[in-house]
Amino acid sequence: MPETTVPATQPLIHARALTKCFGSFTAVNGIDFDVAPGEAFGFLGPNGAGKTSTMRMIGTVSPVTSGELTVFGLDPAQHGARIRARLGVVPQADTLDSELSVLENLLIFGRYFDLSWAESRRRATELLEFVQLTERAGDKVEPLSGGMKRRLVIARSLINEPSLLLLDEPTTGLDPQARHLVWDRLYRLKQRGVTLCLTTHYMDEAEQLCDRLVVMDQARIVAEGSPRQLIDKYVTREVLELRFRRNDDETDDSAHLDGRLEGLAERIEQLPDRVLVYTADGEAAAATAYERGLRPASVLVRRSSLEDVFLRLTGRSLVD
Amino acid sequence: MTVIGLRLARPGAIASRRSLRVLEHDLLVFRRGWYSYVLSGMSQPFLYLVAMGIGLGLYVNRNGSLPGGVPYLDYIAPALLVTQAMMAAAFESAWPIMGKIHWDKTYHAALNTPLGALDLLAGDLMWVAFRATLLSVLFLAVIVVLGAAASPLVVFAVPIAVLTALAFAAPIMAFTATQTGDGGFNALFRFGITPLFLFSGTFFPIEKLPLWLQPLAWITPLYHGVAAARSLSIGQVDPVGLSIHVAALAAVALVGLWAARITFRRRLVV
Amino acid sequence: MIALRIAPPRALTRPTRIVQRNMLVYRRSFMVIFSGFFEPLFYLFSMGFGVGALIGNVPLANGTSVPYAVFVAPALLASSAMNGAIYETSNNFFFKLKYAKLYDAIISTPMSLNDIARGEVMWALLRGSLYAIGFLVVIAVLGLAGLGLLTSPLGLLAFPAAMVVGFGFAGAGLAVTTFVRHWRDFDFVQLAIMPMFLFSGTFYPIDAYPPALQAIVQATPLYRGVHLIRALTTGTPDAVLLLDVAYLLTMGLIGLAITSRRLGKLLQS
Repeated sequence: MPETTVPATQPLIHARALTKCFGSFTAVNGIDFDVAPGEAFGFLGPNGAGKTSTMRMIGTVSPVTSGELTVFGLDPAQHGARIRARLGVVPQADTLDSELSVLENLLIFGRYFDLSWAESRRRATELLEFVQLTERAGDKVEPLSGGMKRRLVIARSLINEPSLLLLDEPTTGLDPQARHLVWDRLYRLKQRGVTLCLTTHYMDEAEQLCDRLVVMDQARIVAEGSPRQLIDKYVTREVLELRFRRNDDETDDSAHLDGRLEGLAERIEQLPDRVLVYTADGEAAAATAYERGLRPASVLVRRSSLEDVFLRLTGRSLVD
Repeated sequence: MTVIGLRLARPGAIASRRSLRVLEHDLLVFRRGWYSYVLSGMSQPFLYLVAMGIGLGLYVNRNGSLPGGVPYLDYIAPALLVTQAMMAAAFESAWPIMGKIHWDKTYHAALNTPLGALDLLAGDLMWVAFRATLLSVLFLAVIVVLGAAASPLVVFAVPIAVLTALAFAAPIMAFTATQTGDGGFNALFRFGITPLFLFSGTFFPIEKLPLWLQPLAWITPLYHGVAAARSLSIGQVDPVGLSIHVAALAAVALVGLWAARITFRRRLVV
Repeated sequence: MIALRIAPPRALTRPTRIVQRNMLVYRRSFMVIFSGFFEPLFYLFSMGFGVGALIGNVPLANGTSVPYAVFVAPALLASSAMNGAIYETSNNFFFKLKYAKLYDAIISTPMSLNDIARGEVMWALLRGSLYAIGFLVVIAVLGLAGLGLLTSPLGLLAFPAAMVVGFGFAGAGLAVTTFVRHWRDFDFVQLAIMPMFLFSGTFYPIDAYPPALQAIVQATPLYRGVHLIRALTTGTPDAVLLLDVAYLLTMGLIGLAITSRRLGKLLQS
């Protein structure tokens, strides 16, 4: 079977009006996106936004309901096995085989990709080194920590030397050290030219790893761009956070703002515990607030982040 | 649905090269704990054979009430050969498959490789056949050592046992793929497997059952497996009867396979 | 109600909390409990009547001959008491001990290790008693026991006797399970239970064995249980019954003592 090579200009993943329904429930509702070779592409969104369903369609394990989808220029419905042969997948749940050892988990996966035992062993050894699990090769999977299991799943997804790696929430549930180790390994893969396609609901992860991302909410794509572009487009440069003292009557002083923040910034958001003021100059806004007689318990000026974009786009009641 | 049915008829559609990889996986697991499989698989039929065949046999043989005056040991030995294959197949198709589908989700991991849902089904059915073959051959050796087989045709009881194993494994795997917990297995074993073990002509001729129960025994696959293996073992083969038994087992296995292809797809390809 | 609250000593009330906890769990899976009732019945019909038709009569210890079903029914009652107790105290107890970490949570309450051990035994007995009553009713209706034919009211004692068998095996089962490290180890438990079930005079008299083997079989707890219940349902009691009861009670009590100590090691170290 001749290898289908995608010209550098043609996208690795191409989706138009891509839709997935489970019965009457629409998980993915007509989304368009392209992922270019060598790119790190992210789906950012809250739980239930349709990220995993999209990833499963790309991974050819979930049939497309309607719309257009090609992976490596191939149709998943026709060439599922050929696509999967060139794909690495890190699913949300670890799905490791508890009856096999760490090394054997990789070996048998190599066999699933039709590698010889010898080749499978060579790659497995190398990959265990790559994810720093060489010492645990003979151990069972069960006693491994969450971070180790995650690294093992990543190693497993690389056994066929994939040119496209799909990662569904690669660091959910990991402690900070473990997350950074995973990020480091993914960054190295990217340097080697592996295309990354990942989902996350962590903003820092999206900022760390993604060249470009789409924000998904309620089965649709609601924004697209690089992390910087999204911040520039949807939020201001800085955010002023004001916290007020809680009174005995369970209201806090912010209930008595009496419109004193009006006109202070282009957008103001009142949360249960604090007030966010979106502005180009946080210090100046804080000074103005003082001048207008507000006495918050604490004041914080920070650079705006992807989190602000995310919350702006996926909803939270706004002060108008 | 009809497409699946039609494909079934195409030779080679059942066992693709890829499904062999799934079998390899199961053998890798087996290599780690083969002694435990053999020990737990062999001990039960062996103990039943000695206790019932030799111990209880003293009292049964006294009356010579079995058809043809067959010694009780010879009577139950081929039946136990087949029932142990059924037991192993039923077990393997229940909890371990549930683990792969639902608890550990290792099937889902495998589906991210070029393997497809039907490769998983075919591979694990081959594993059941492997396990049934291995244990049947070992048990056959026990039977021969104890002198419990009158005819050399008893060697053909092994393929009968393997076919019986598949006749149980395929429908039970089909059932497992529809479950989300192991609650149903309790009922399956208590009201399915155990009664079959006890009433399918294993320990006494089904003619001793109440008249209204006999047709029920007839439609169970274990009865056909036991009857076929017994006729071979005691060397009283009736070609027509044997063909009917084999055909019945094959029919159940194929219907089970057909059902399992549907339920596996439904469960794993969503 | 008030009398109840005051009368029983703590040593008996606290363990009932374990029973209550298990009842809460099983309330949702009634079928699992209910279906256990059928297993001994299936064996009774298959062995007692099916195989019984091939055998006819078998001799009892005192020389009288009885139909095979009458011979095997009490043995199946004893075996089901054993199996019920072992099932509840092996797999289920192990799961609660090692996986659900149930007892780690319980020992942070006023419940003691003894309470846990006693409570689990009580629960196993409660479950076992349901099966014993069901089975006894069936064999009484079928006329396979003394009480069915009303020849011997001793048959009624088969119920407490089944409880004694259950107690012995429940205590021993818990004790053994505290030493189990992996599910696979239960294969070895089965390797002890299965031969006992098949060779302890359950399905045929042990006269056929050589004397040395007879002595070994007579030393097994299931043989004692079968002997006890069979003597009662067939109305052929002798003084050895006291030995049977003493043997099984001692086994249960030693098991309980070991369990409490082992739980201390496992949970409080």
